[in-house]
Amino acid sequence: MSASKGKKIPRQPVPEQSAKARSKSFDEVSYGYTPTMAMLEATRCLQCKKPKCVMGCPVHVAIPEFIKLVAAGEFIAAARKIKETNSLPAVTGRVCPQEDQCEKYCVLGLKNEPVAIGQLERFAADYERREGKIEIPELAPSTGKKIAIIGAGPAGLTAAGDLAKLGHEVVIFEALHKAGGVLFYGIPQFRLPKEIVDAELEYLKLMGVEIKVNYVIGKIKSLDELMTDEGFDAVFVSTGSGLPYFLGIPGENLNGVYSANEFLTRVNLMHAWEFPVFDTPLHAHKTIAVIGGGNTALDAARTALRLPSTEKVMIVYRRSPDEMSARDEEIKHGKEEGLEFRYLENPVRILGADGWVTGVECQKMKLGEPDSSGRKKPIPIEGSEFELEADAVVIALGSGTNPLIAQNTEDLKTDSRGRIKLSDADIQKTSKKGVFAGGDIVTGAATVISAMGAGKKAALGIHDYVMSQ
Amino acid sequence: MFEIIDKQRLAAGVFRYVVQAPEIAKKAKAGQFVILRLNEHGERFPITIADWDSGQGTLTLFVQAIGKTSIEMSLLHGGDSILDLVGPLGLATEIENFGTVALVGGGFGIAAIHPIARELTQAGNKTISIMGSRNRDLLLMQDEMKKVSSEVRVATDDGSLGTEGLVTDVLNDMIDKGEIIDRVIAIGPLVMMKAVSELTRPLKIQTRVSLNPIMVDGTGMCGACRVTVGSEMKFACVDGPEFDGHRVDFDGLINRLKTYRPEEKKSLDQFSQVVDDECRLGNL
Repeated sequence: MSASKGKKIPRQPVPEQSAKARSKSFDEVSYGYTPTMAMLEATRCLQCKKPKCVMGCPVHVAIPEFIKLVAAGEFIAAARKIKETNSLPAVTGRVCPQEDQCEKYCVLGLKNEPVAIGQLERFAADYERREGKIEIPELAPSTGKKIAIIGAGPAGLTAAGDLAKLGHEVVIFEALHKAGGVLFYGIPQFRLPKEIVDAELEYLKLMGVEIKVNYVIGKIKSLDELMTDEGFDAVFVSTGSGLPYFLGIPGENLNGVYSANEFLTRVNLMHAWEFPVFDTPLHAHKTIAVIGGGNTALDAARTALRLPSTEKVMIVYRRSPDEMSARDEEIKHGKEEGLEFRYLENPVRILGADGWVTGVECQKMKLGEPDSSGRKKPIPIEGSEFELEADAVVIALGSGTNPLIAQNTEDLKTDSRGRIKLSDADIQKTSKKGVFAGGDIVTGAATVISAMGAGKKAALGIHDYVMSQ
Repeated sequence: MFEIIDKQRLAAGVFRYVVQAPEIAKKAKAGQFVILRLNEHGERFPITIADWDSGQGTLTLFVQAIGKTSIEMSLLHGGDSILDLVGPLGLATEIENFGTVALVGGGFGIAAIHPIARELTQAGNKTISIMGSRNRDLLLMQDEMKKVSSEVRVATDDGSLGTEGLVTDVLNDMIDKGEIIDRVIAIGPLVMMKAVSELTRPLKIQTRVSLNPIMVDGTGMCGACRVTVGSEMKFACVDGPEFDGHRVDFDGLINRLKTYRPEEKKSLDQFSQVVDDECRLGNL
């Protein structure tokens, strides 16, 4: 395929459920490429000698190589090529912010649209799974070393896969009754179908990884007990982000106020949208205001939209569209589905009657100079207060850290916000001997792929550590 | 799966379960709780650990059959299993020698008070357990409480046992008589814990209450169990469940517990229909 030809083919659009059909459906929005579409899109890749896209990928997927295999119709080989460095391609193909990573650096993107790397990754992984061709990679001979992983989210699952490949015995301890972490309780079904997460978990199990649910490490066992009594040679702490931040304004304890974590957990993990077939309820609301501008806010808002009683969902964001951290794709999908976006508005009080939310008092904002985040700082406009009518408020302002491991491990250093401190970030090593950490518990709330990147680094660090002991 | 070893009916709709959970039993402490999920469609249901036996590897849990999950659990018997059980969760009760501790247990709260009374007595405290219920038949664990407390006092609404009246009447009486109380621990209905806290506030007697807000994950992730303590937002699952009763916003919590009342009723009505049908068919 010549470069000139590649440039002439436009980026292939991805077939999706119509906005009308999907706005009340939890089925996945995007259908993904067909084999023909994928092959056509793959031919757009220039096969750069020094591919910049790979540098943009936190786990350094061999992007040109796998795309070349897709173009040649060797889809299963393509999936396996990706899996050499990325153990969860069906997940990352869907949830990675490719526009800020691999695709951002695609040379085609300078003048035209970049290659749809994420869609191709998803296609290859889905193809392999649907064809029933998932095979476990060759595992190194057993090292006789045992590694405990605390938390079965993206960081933990990635580390588990890599460590199992290296021949270690791996046990994952998960606090919830279901493994997957944010992939399960956080990201909604319509963006990441849970059967994909299940397939990834099955894949790890085939590789010999044991997953123990209902284990709150820090409570049922300490890290020291794992290493002394249970014979683990090293521990990887990947417990994820923790308690949600609230606004700190009056009215947050009214009924009908939820953190995005609670709202999403009820729906995704506990199936509240299938109440009363499932026992966990979610109150029926009509008008829902979601506060925040990140991916979690968008996930919560689009989930809210799909609930049967919902008539209107608003995103209330204190800055302008330019500062929103949610992915463009999510914003576009949300708009198509009928979300109302309200910018430069900040809640100052949640209004209520008889203990229930009736609205939100907001203040209009204007943008000032950039703040420490590099984004323009929102400044309140005096006297601009107004009321928004809503019977539910979902607060999506991010999360702090889960305190349980740090609370119960004296010699594990954390920063002022409770995040675990690394003594060697290259290998995700903590201040405590034999203990490594990665993902949101170290960085604060971040992306799935950055947690996976940390899981990969930790796996190598842990491997070197246990083999030298 | 966690096997139910034993089940006993203690009063109308009140059951005691002994469940096999050796790893939790090894770590359980007074004041902590577990979360269970009965089956794949089940909700995550927090229950206080009423007792544990690390040798036998068992936990004792009390269930009052009033809602869908608790009634569904009341239909389980010895030999049946619970799908998920996670714990021990929450911070343990502070146990040291405070002097004289009044332990106020209302209704079902007595089950939670029991291990705390035992630990405090063992730590050298004079423990005065004040137990209350609507009537004598509903008063839980009378013998057990006598065993673990220095002294037991009883109040029933109808006067069928002990003082006629409320546990707060008994506590008030003690205070009036000038009995020295160094600390109060109150566990029971929110209105009771609130009344106890109001009673002890002017006397500045340190009063601990155990809160039962709505929880989902119970491990410090979802934020559903937030309660206002002083001017701060606290999370009962990781910061509690015990808090300083003088600083808790009880009214806020009482309101929040009403959130799912219509849904709870719907769930229960539907379940009752299923149970009725099964009974008619002779399956239950």
